[in-house]
Amino acid sequence: MTLLAVDNLTVTLNTVRGPARAVRNLSFELEKGQTLGIVGESGCGKSLTALAIMGLLPENGWADGTVKLAGENLLTYSEDQMCQVRGNRIGMVFQEPMTSLNPLHTVGRQIAEAMRLHRGVNKAEARTEVLRLLDMVGIPEPTKRINSYPHQLSGGQRQRVMIAMALSCGPELLIADEPTTALDVTIQKQILDLIRNLIEDLGMAMILISHNLGVIYQNVQDVIVMYGGARVESGPTHDVFANLSHPYSQGLFEAVPQIDDTKASRRRLRTIPGTVPELADLPAGCTFQDRCDYVTDACRPTQPPVVQIAAGHNVACLHVDAARKQWAAR
Amino acid sequence: MSVFLAKRFVTFIATLLGATVLTFLALEILPGDPASVILGIDAPQSAVDALRDRLGLDRPILERYFDWLEDIVTLRFGVSYTYSTPVLELVRARLAITFPLAILAMLLSAFVAFGLGVFAASRHNRPGDVTVMGISQLGISVPNFWLALLLILLFAVQLRWFSSGGFPGWHNGVWPAFKALILPAIALATVQGAILARFTRSAVLETMREDYVRTARAKGLSRRATLWRHVLRNAMIPVITIMGLQFANLLAGTIVVEEVFAMPGLGRLILQAISNRDVIVVRDVVLMLAAFVVFINFVVDVLYAVIDPRLKPHDV
Amino acid sequence: MEGQPSIWRRCLAHRSFVAGGSLTGVLVLTALVSLVWTPWNPIKQNLRERLVAPSWEHLLGTDQFGRDIFSIIMAGAQNSITVGVVSVSIGMTFGVALGLWASAKRGWTEELIMRASDFMYAFPAILLAIMLVATLGQGAINAIVAIGIFSIPVFARLTRGAANAIWAREFILAARAAGKGKLRITVEHVLPNIVSVLVVQITIQFALAILAEAALSFLGLGAQPPTPSWGRMLDETRSMIFINPWLAVYPGVAIAISVLGLNLLGDGLRDVIDPRLARKR
Repeated sequence: MTLLAVDNLTVTLNTVRGPARAVRNLSFELEKGQTLGIVGESGCGKSLTALAIMGLLPENGWADGTVKLAGENLLTYSEDQMCQVRGNRIGMVFQEPMTSLNPLHTVGRQIAEAMRLHRGVNKAEARTEVLRLLDMVGIPEPTKRINSYPHQLSGGQRQRVMIAMALSCGPELLIADEPTTALDVTIQKQILDLIRNLIEDLGMAMILISHNLGVIYQNVQDVIVMYGGARVESGPTHDVFANLSHPYSQGLFEAVPQIDDTKASRRRLRTIPGTVPELADLPAGCTFQDRCDYVTDACRPTQPPVVQIAAGHNVACLHVDAARKQWAAR
Repeated sequence: MSVFLAKRFVTFIATLLGATVLTFLALEILPGDPASVILGIDAPQSAVDALRDRLGLDRPILERYFDWLEDIVTLRFGVSYTYSTPVLELVRARLAITFPLAILAMLLSAFVAFGLGVFAASRHNRPGDVTVMGISQLGISVPNFWLALLLILLFAVQLRWFSSGGFPGWHNGVWPAFKALILPAIALATVQGAILARFTRSAVLETMREDYVRTARAKGLSRRATLWRHVLRNAMIPVITIMGLQFANLLAGTIVVEEVFAMPGLGRLILQAISNRDVIVVRDVVLMLAAFVVFINFVVDVLYAVIDPRLKPHDV
Repeated sequence: MEGQPSIWRRCLAHRSFVAGGSLTGVLVLTALVSLVWTPWNPIKQNLRERLVAPSWEHLLGTDQFGRDIFSIIMAGAQNSITVGVVSVSIGMTFGVALGLWASAKRGWTEELIMRASDFMYAFPAILLAIMLVATLGQGAINAIVAIGIFSIPVFARLTRGAANAIWAREFILAARAAGKGKLRITVEHVLPNIVSVLVVQITIQFALAILAEAALSFLGLGAQPPTPSWGRMLDETRSMIFINPWLAVYPGVAIAISVLGLNLLGDGLRDVIDPRLARKR
């Protein structure tokens, strides 16, 4: 059964330089219990996609299209209705555990807040639940930690608290926006394993947003690669990584240093030339045209068609064949 | 006591000592010694010498400073030349006016400012916000003593709700005395309140951009609930700082406003002492006012520690 | 050069800037005109024309000494501007110098200067002004100097903060690598880059100076007769408010308009100079 159906989602931001389409015509579906990764550089629109689903876009932005949760279009929901959805049916974990927790409240109070709101539990019940959640996310000595303030916890522990908070009401969908970017490398894996295991145990669906290909590769079933607000490639994670077909996805992969690369001695770390364009300046046609090796005049006037190259594996590129051939030869 | 409070206490004491040095030196390094200042240029040399002797001005400067310091710490203070009464006695009755006036004005400005600032922030860039900001811009521009005059014109002369000045004293009942403080307090609080309202508004707006506010919204809290539970307490921290810093201005304002309302407070005492060239009184009262300000700022620091758990001691 | 026209256009499009600029313009213009012409002599008393009601002859009427109020208000603008210019110059010269010094030297010099500034902040500086006036005697100059002194720490803190940010930038590193001394870097690179911040603070301090001087003059500690001064006008007409309340209104309006103009100008300048802040509002 389809849990989340995003159709033709466009997010527009009013900037000093005029309206900018930060997410363009994005569509995807998520089944119950399915995990999806969205990968791309900062500014590609992946976080705004998450905020659009949550109905928490910044004041200068708005969303068009449809975002259906179990068949109901969230974009038509009133603010009050959205409050019933947030934290209750969709939980969210943010990037910065340092700043995403209120420094003046105990972690216990912050975890209990959503349950008190959505589940109407009393203080004692909430406390029992919080203790269970703290234990579940692997925080030692929950009875002691429940009264701690965020500054008394380590970065990893804070992110565990954030996870406990997001899962407290047993949501159907968890959105994790760069959940490990701000953490030490050694902690990153622990947190990702924790999230993956909890998702599996609780049968939740998840959207994992990251700029890190490795994080995506190891943690989700499906992946969407975004560039300049648009989806450039998508499909089952293993298929996509085995057959990277969009010049941008290829470039993103080549820019990652890999220790277990068998051709490591011969392989040079490549970078994608140029920089991510300003949203307001994005060209018509393919958003990647100015940085692409395969660009021709045909790429400029219209957005490239979506080509299915394998079951569920889609690429939005006019020159996908040339790109694939080159990539295979490498 | 936490490290933070210990540090603040040391700063508090150091600032107090600094204030004593400054007020003491102001009298020492300025041209003409206190004796000739008090008696005026035309005074006969013998009178000046006699006074110098009485004030002990021939002793070394450090010795006099430490004597004075000891007097202050033991609350003995100096003796007014013109009144021939100890400064402490002069001050006591006047403090009963200035202290409540300053506190009342501060509370009044804080309440109004918090309310208006939060209101404006929650209606960011909408008509309510623009109106409040426009009014506060006017409030900042109005001299408090002029506002005091206008208040007298309106409420004392035209409407006759309040008397135009004076102070009945606390012994004649609390209400008449309190009533006499209302107009002066409004005059003082308007300017402070306007400054504070603008500051509260920007502090609230600033806090609303914090990540944890987004977290709260992601939990499903409404805008209003987020504002009350997560924004306000955090926004109060910088606002309270400004309140402390503004207190010096508020106290300086009482000097002027007491003059307008003909209230026999500390401000009037200072002004009279200045026209009588009674520099001993000026010095000691200035020091008292300074100590008052420094003390309020210390209280603000303590408040911090109450509001912000990061500054409290913990058994981690 | 390229930015010049767009800065002007941005200024003219900004409502506070235009309103504040106009009010400040009126203040300056009034002061300038009053140097060569006022309807009546603002100092000369005319006991036969005391407390005359407003008319075409006396636009705002006369005070209890028969002086033309409109003329005194005009001439009072000179006093306010003088006070503002002199005290802000004092505060800025010493404050900016201290701030730049602290920022260039760092270490204990910076610590000392900043602690002293903090102390001046905590210590009610206006009390210092009162002490100064008390010992040196009442007078316009002492009041102005006192006001100037109490704006020194404001400028020192602001300058040091802004300068520290500049010192951390790459082009300073480049200049140091080129062997330029700290003094030269300060003059050539740091100062020009903090001017915009200072300009905003100057308008704000100017407004505060006008308010402070009015208060001191009102208490009889500032401008002495017969110098026309708005603060003293309020003091002199105070006893008249039961007979002719308007006397107490005009000078206050003059002060409020001047201060409002300068504050709006400062707000406008801040928005125009720093668009990043403007967008945040």
